[in-house]
Amino acid sequence: MGGLQKKKYESGSATNYISRNKARKKLSLSLADFRRLCILKGIYPHEPKHKKKVNKGSTAPRTFYLLKDIRFLLHEPIVGKFREYKIFVRKLRKAYGKAEWSGVQRMKENKPAYKLDHIIKERYPTFIDAVRDVDDALSMCFLFSTFARTGKCHVQTIQLCRRLGVEWMNYIITSRSLRKVFLSIKGIYYQAEVLGQTITWIIPYQFAHDHPTDVDYRVMATFTELYTTLLGFVNFRLYQTLNLVYPPKVKHTKCASIKYMDLHISYQKLAALSASLARTVPSVEDEEAELDHFPAEGEDLEKMETREKMELEQNKQKKLFEGLKFFLNREVPRESLAFVIRCFGGEVSWDKSLCIGSTYDETDETITHHIVDRPTIDKQYINRYYIQPQWVYDCVNGKILLPVEEYFLGVTLPPHLSPFVEESEGDYVPPEKLKLLALQKGEKPQAEEDEEEEEEEEDDEDDEEEDDQSEDEDEAEDEASLAEMEEKRAQGKSLSVKVTPGKVKPENRMRTEQEEKAEEKRLAIMMMKKREKYLYDKIMFGKKRHVREANKLAAKRKAHDDANKPDKKKKKKKC
Amino acid sequence: NDIRNTVGNIPMEWYKDYPHIGYDLDGKKIFKPIRNKDELDEFLDKMENPDYWRTVQDKMTGADIRLSDEQVDLVHRLQEGKFGDVNFNEYEPAIDFFSNEVMIHPVTNRPQDKRSFIPSLIEKEKVGKLVHAIKMGWIKPRRPKETTPQYYDLWAKEDPNSILGRHKMHVPAPKLKLPGHEESYNPPPEYLMSEEERLAWEQQDPEDRKLSFLPQKFACLRAVPAYSRFIHERFERCLDLYLCPRQRKMRVNVNPEDLIPKLPKPKDLQPFPTTQSLVYRGHSSLVRSISTSPSGQWLVSGSDDCTVRFWEVSTARCLKTVEVGGAVKGVAWNPNPSICLVAISYDDTVVLLNPGLGDRLVSTATDQLISSYEEPEEVKEQPVQWTVAEGEGHEQGHRLILKHPKAVRQVTWHGKGDYLACVMPDNGSSLQVVIHQVSKRRTQNPFRKNKGLVQCVSFHPIRPYFFVATQRYVRVYNLIKQELTKKLMANCKWISSMATHPGGDNVICGSYDCRLAWFDLDLSTKPYKVLRHHKKALRSVAYHRHYPLFASGSDDGSVIVCHGMVYNDLLQNPLIVPVKVLKGHTITHDLGVLDVTFHPTQPWVFSSGADGTVRLFT
Repeated sequence: MGGLQKKKYESGSATNYISRNKARKKLSLSLADFRRLCILKGIYPHEPKHKKKVNKGSTAPRTFYLLKDIRFLLHEPIVGKFREYKIFVRKLRKAYGKAEWSGVQRMKENKPAYKLDHIIKERYPTFIDAVRDVDDALSMCFLFSTFARTGKCHVQTIQLCRRLGVEWMNYIITSRSLRKVFLSIKGIYYQAEVLGQTITWIIPYQFAHDHPTDVDYRVMATFTELYTTLLGFVNFRLYQTLNLVYPPKVKHTKCASIKYMDLHISYQKLAALSASLARTVPSVEDEEAELDHFPAEGEDLEKMETREKMELEQNKQKKLFEGLKFFLNREVPRESLAFVIRCFGGEVSWDKSLCIGSTYDETDETITHHIVDRPTIDKQYINRYYIQPQWVYDCVNGKILLPVEEYFLGVTLPPHLSPFVEESEGDYVPPEKLKLLALQKGEKPQAEEDEEEEEEEEDDEDDEEEDDQSEDEDEAEDEASLAEMEEKRAQGKSLSVKVTPGKVKPENRMRTEQEEKAEEKRLAIMMMKKREKYLYDKIMFGKKRHVREANKLAAKRKAHDDANKPDKKKKKKKC
Repeated sequence: NDIRNTVGNIPMEWYKDYPHIGYDLDGKKIFKPIRNKDELDEFLDKMENPDYWRTVQDKMTGADIRLSDEQVDLVHRLQEGKFGDVNFNEYEPAIDFFSNEVMIHPVTNRPQDKRSFIPSLIEKEKVGKLVHAIKMGWIKPRRPKETTPQYYDLWAKEDPNSILGRHKMHVPAPKLKLPGHEESYNPPPEYLMSEEERLAWEQQDPEDRKLSFLPQKFACLRAVPAYSRFIHERFERCLDLYLCPRQRKMRVNVNPEDLIPKLPKPKDLQPFPTTQSLVYRGHSSLVRSISTSPSGQWLVSGSDDCTVRFWEVSTARCLKTVEVGGAVKGVAWNPNPSICLVAISYDDTVVLLNPGLGDRLVSTATDQLISSYEEPEEVKEQPVQWTVAEGEGHEQGHRLILKHPKAVRQVTWHGKGDYLACVMPDNGSSLQVVIHQVSKRRTQNPFRKNKGLVQCVSFHPIRPYFFVATQRYVRVYNLIKQELTKKLMANCKWISSMATHPGGDNVICGSYDCRLAWFDLDLSTKPYKVLRHHKKALRSVAYHRHYPLFASGSDDGSVIVCHGMVYNDLLQNPLIVPVKVLKGHTITHDLGVLDVTFHPTQPWVFSSGADGTVRLFT
């Protein structure tokens, strides 16, 4: 007995957390600076387990940070810089007020600046960590690089973002690490595999932005500040791994031209993505040495085989467009197509008046594919395919060169599927995907018949699915019919005493067995505990919804196909 | 004559009411000229006088003045914004008077200041300070500004020790969800929204939408417009990154099949009723209660159509129909095989009826037993009036009629067949349960106090215990010691029925809130297991006398038969496995099965329903 009475909220979780306002006061920063600091240092709020305890009995909504996080921020040198900047702004304002223009000039020259290098190092202690987190950085940089100089952010930032983006794309081209591309209505998604990490980024279509008013550009700018630093260091390291010169330079055959090459023009050539990069160590066109593969420890032979197969496939994909010569018409998205084609070893050029860096003319006889995005073109060369841009993207996603017939000018394009969707069992698979899979396996499409067959098969599958779904209902129906039969029989007995030769009912053993099992399951479900039952019901609900959605899609497709079939047939007849 | 006015620059309307207009140099009044021109004269003047346009009125003197040619010219020049002087040249070449060229002669003749040729002390001091600062290294030459950020190999020395401990706790932000087929600029047709779906999407809150965008289809890549919410989405991602609390969530990744408890297969727990084999038709209204004879040959059912029917179990033949004076609430066959008596309750009456079925010897022995009653010497005041049936009633089989003060809901026999308990639910009085002794025609009220609305009662099959179920509790009384031994908490809202295991140590309770509670009396006063397998209120529960089976009937029209094995070993808990769901009764007026009872020897179960039928499941 005895001892002091413990006071409430002086130990435990109440002391581990700190509210945002208190944290701000502890760091003596304004809210905007605090926000900036959190963004740069990667500090995010924490959700306490017992909010009321942490909130000292109050239930007011508050954001909480871990006290440890805030203590960690206390030692950050950047906080001092923030304060310096605050003072700088105050001084500057004063100088303006007094119209001391020389003072203003001097102060502006001595504007306090800070570097984020140490923060990057601290947040990403290893290079792989940094590469893993580069997704958002890329998307943001590519977005900022499309901004016009409208004062939404500094011009230097826009230029830096553009530069970093171009560097990144050039790296991807040189390392041939692009894997998937997807034309969405939002923009173009790219997925690359860099040092074993899958990195996805999105680039908006080339249009002027309609700047929204409800977006805080300061937050975005702070993120961009961090991301540009991160991306710069990542690019540097990546270029180093490939023995490339950083900052990148276009490879020149003639030494003399370098001198006269304006720096600006060289950058523009780089941005055109048509030239290969200069290397620090002049590389011999390296014949890839056949490596002997040994199974890694704890990896059995089968796994190794599959891995090898994957690697082989990947190598094949890397050389997808090798030997093909593309020419881009002026209405297609030049940068995206040039990037994708170069990533897979194709040669690409465009009209000279369109952009710097075109390597050959439209009149070149060796051009194999001419990419056009308009219904017709006047002057056509015989020895090349005129195709729509979707072909390039579909080929990349399908990892094979698709037949070009469906992508000719003026032809209705086949649907463009997302390469990121990996259908698991029970998911809805669009018929186009099935076709693609068949193509990948090496089967040749047999025009319409095959398609129809597939459709039928699919229908069968659908039916099965429906069966699964409506099993319970079926059973219920069965039982109802049984009861009805019995009733009838009973009534029959009382009404007409007549013996009719009975029919031997063929017993479906499988079915009865299934039914038995289903009933067993149902009975067992009755005995579930409440909590488990809840969980089970939830899981089953989710599964059912999934099936329902898949069925809905399949039904929609079927309706669409049915509606379009007569048209097709008519067309055929006409042909 | 100089007629200049001397009044100065004043508003001339001050002189409006005077005949004069001011004063001349000599201080004499200047009189206004006599103006007798009216409008007509003015007009005529305008028309006829060629100089009218150059005539102005002098405000100071009021006289009309004809402007001379020079004056008109001047007016014209001024109106055009030209200088009044014709000879003035505004574009004369400028003479650069204060030029950079030092002239031989100064412009001003002012002698130079002294300070202009003596070195400034203040400046010297200032320069000295600067020189000193430079010497001391306090002032450094300005470094050229770095405009572009410098990048280098940041991870050149990856030191595993320098990784902060807190980095282990770091939760990396989840990556954005990858787009599906529906986001494509040219998606398969099934991913496009139909008109209704689109309307529904538009009416939804932006937060509730499953897709944040409307899937669209474009014929070619050129037709794809800019996505208007692109910046928004990136901004939202930024907000997520720095404002969202992050937490490692363990996803429940269980196979739903694993959640289902592993129970012995029903096939291994046979025998139990599996199919409906007979339907006993005849009642025209709901059959409230059924009971089987101890031999298992007969079945009695009481219905709301005021009849009691006797059936042969094996053929579903109605052997006898007895009409009584009210809707039959409960029937109970005397469990003693040597007595053939059925207790029937309707309204406030309980009739003991000898159906005369089966062995005639037993039937006559029963009649004799009842008629051999001798009145005791001292007649006690009893709450129930016993009368012997006579006349037509006797013909029908009525033997004794017990008039109760209130409506009787349930009758149940003691295992020996001498005692009969009746329930008269009533919230207000202590007379809710009466126990009759048939051989002595005696009635007693075992309880002095009202402990709540009694739902049903039951005798312990072996020991002198008595179970009373009120709305929420089951009380177990010791009849010999006359005390409460146990109070079972049913954990349900309203108990509807109760059955006692033939071993006597287990009780099941059905309740109107769809639960069936199994009590193990040795274990606890709380239910050992609660089953929620019915979808609607339970109406009746029953144990089988020999087989480890129990059944429950419910308003959802189904009878669920469960295997309920009780082990002699006290350490082993009862095994409860549902084995069969029997359906057959149709639901009428929201009522399904009203009573279930087992066959005394076979693993068969009878159920009576609101559809007026009794069914046998074998």
